[in-house]
Amino acid sequence: MGTKQNTQSAESHLTTPTRLTGAEIVWATLVGEGVSTVFGYPGGAILPVYDALRKFPIHHVLVRHEQGAAHMADGFARASGKVGVCMATSGPGATNLVTGIATAMLDSIPVVCITGNVSSKLLGSDAFQEVDITGITLPITKHNFLISKTEDIAHAIRYAFQIAQSGRPGPVLVDITKDAQQGTAIFDFEAAKPRPYRPHPMLKVEDSGLAKAAELIRNAKKPVILSGHGVMESGAMEQVRTLAERAQIPVALTLLGLGGFPASHPLNLGMMGMHGESWVNHAIQDADLLIACGMRFDDRVTGSLSTYALKAKKIHIEIDPAEINKNVKVDVALVGDLRAVLEELLPRISGRDGSAWIKTIEASKGDVSVHDIKNIPDSGHLYAAHVMHDLWRITGGEAIVATDVGQHQMWEAQYFHHEKPRSLVTSGGLGTMGFALPSAIGAKMACPDKEVWVVAGDGGFQMTAAELSTIVQEKLKINIAIINNGYLGMVRQWQQFFYDSNYEATPLVSPDFVKLADAHGIRGRAVTTRSELAEAVKEARTTDGPFLLNFMVEKEDSVYPMIPAGSALHEMIRRPGKNPIVESPDDK
Amino acid sequence: MTHTFVAYVEDIPGVLTRVASLFRRLNINISSLTVGRSERAGLSRLTLVCEASSEAGDRIRASLYKLENIVDVDDIAKAPNVTRELALIKVAANPRNRAQIFDLVEVFRARIVDLTSESLMIEMTGVESKIEGLIEILREDEGRILEVCRSGKMTMRRGHHTSSVLRAMGKGPDEKPLPEDEPEEASNATVDIEPA
Repeated sequence: MGTKQNTQSAESHLTTPTRLTGAEIVWATLVGEGVSTVFGYPGGAILPVYDALRKFPIHHVLVRHEQGAAHMADGFARASGKVGVCMATSGPGATNLVTGIATAMLDSIPVVCITGNVSSKLLGSDAFQEVDITGITLPITKHNFLISKTEDIAHAIRYAFQIAQSGRPGPVLVDITKDAQQGTAIFDFEAAKPRPYRPHPMLKVEDSGLAKAAELIRNAKKPVILSGHGVMESGAMEQVRTLAERAQIPVALTLLGLGGFPASHPLNLGMMGMHGESWVNHAIQDADLLIACGMRFDDRVTGSLSTYALKAKKIHIEIDPAEINKNVKVDVALVGDLRAVLEELLPRISGRDGSAWIKTIEASKGDVSVHDIKNIPDSGHLYAAHVMHDLWRITGGEAIVATDVGQHQMWEAQYFHHEKPRSLVTSGGLGTMGFALPSAIGAKMACPDKEVWVVAGDGGFQMTAAELSTIVQEKLKINIAIINNGYLGMVRQWQQFFYDSNYEATPLVSPDFVKLADAHGIRGRAVTTRSELAEAVKEARTTDGPFLLNFMVEKEDSVYPMIPAGSALHEMIRRPGKNPIVESPDDK
Repeated sequence: MTHTFVAYVEDIPGVLTRVASLFRRLNINISSLTVGRSERAGLSRLTLVCEASSEAGDRIRASLYKLENIVDVDDIAKAPNVTRELALIKVAANPRNRAQIFDLVEVFRARIVDLTSESLMIEMTGVESKIEGLIEILREDEGRILEVCRSGKMTMRRGHHTSSVLRAMGKGPDEKPLPEDEPEEASNATVDIEPA
């Protein structure tokens, strides 16, 4: 392990222009951008950069696979709101980042990826470990750079940070050839500053649009706020809350929007869309006004577009002009930063009586709450819903939860009630299995004082399970809950509903996860009944060091309600009558 | 409908790939693309023509703007504009049948730019339909056309500084009303004034 040298001089580079190698410039620029942690994996074409690391006050987390590095940078960014940084070598190192970069792109997460490449004279020659990574990542980055001159490195990295964080955030990749890392240039941090950020020229918040929006809100009888991920990215939690409270408008959330509006708030309806509760989706279908805040009408949220919220006028407040009228035609588009737009809109909003509409929605819940999880006697079976409910209850909802993709992700969204922004780290757009464990590591590095839980299925966990070693090497206190049902559960559920229960390629043999944890020096235990659940969660929390819980849950349980892909939002598959699980998460 | 986008892009490697990749991803065919230096140092101007639904125009424009190297975008198809294309056509011609082609070239107001004993090259500038007209007539004699090279369309808004491109860039002089003797056509390509 490299020994850190006196890193004091590193900081003086930022104020005094100095001649440095390209490799040193990489780190000096990152220090200047406020980076303290980089997730990466070394290799030939990035070795000069690694060699220079010891001179700089940056902590490097060695991952076990570069996909993990990208997810960790992503998790770091989601939990902290800062830019996450990952690093890899050329060729396979760079291509292994791809899934992680695409994950960040689809969810608008600010990540900067730095890759080494072969020397500039070898570009395009199929040299050892040479790959056109800027070509490969072109459609999955906000922007990327191929840098072959030492003097261009500082500007490219600083520009990458600006692009990653500005407007609608996203990942940026900087590919640096080996000769550029080895050469020297005068490093002048101030001079390497990019030109001032240029907002998208089609941003448009007109007075007439604000007036029309205010009028629509004033006249609406059945309004619903659709609160998305943009609420967090823009920092508009207070503004959305003020709008909801002042005009008494119920709020439905997207998956990535969870935490942007407190789950316990009386106006919070819950998650909308494919696995949203019935009353949420019915409220949207019956609404006469939708106020979409920082969300993009994804197909998982709208169901069939031809039947989506036909009675509703739509106001869309969104920072990306390319999202306006993309899926849903809107009546008023306020194209700009959500927080700024709401601050302009709020003075035009006065108190409204929303009680009749709220009562209607309340009534539409029907008898669902009598099947509340708390009231169901213990049948000896363990359901994922129990696990998520107890995890929420015992942690007081204070933990950061990183999930994979699939059934457990939806159960988490339904039963773990997120009060605060940035407490759910989940891959929504790309739906990346294997995301939970590495993104939790990133989140823990960003928020060392927070309790962090991994919630993953037995399938997804095995995709990136090698990162268990990273947890140990970094001595991180992360708790892991594996929702183990022996199937690729969500795929099995689709097979059950739409493919005549033909369970092709979904039954899954897994290792004994507790033994796997043990092999890494991580403690763990299996949980098979509901009666052991709470105690096991408590043991995990109170144990020093990481802890793995292997929850052996009901094998063929499904996530309800469910809107089949392409169906109307109100045409959901409801929970079967005799299903012993919860009918509602209404136990806030 | 046909969309004609005019964009100012940074004159650096890879920019064309980024533009082309956006259309590839949308599965839209680019029917014509011309790129060249513009009046501004470091910026190239491109004219891109494609078929897409009328609603797609705004989204494509917004998406083009999201590309970091694009400085300005104008969707120009509906605006009064001048659109031109350049064609070089090499035809087989010997001293016995040259005169006939010279006549044709005269009618179409094209020019002969290369002449050998076996062939000649025609240079022609004009709207697409005019170029197609000449090519069609030349095709009446089988085997006569040896090579055709067309530049693709170049488009500019009509009028004095009406280009929203310039305006958005804050580089154009103040907007002035059009002088009365300068006609503004309602649609492109149909009522073109011939270049002198």
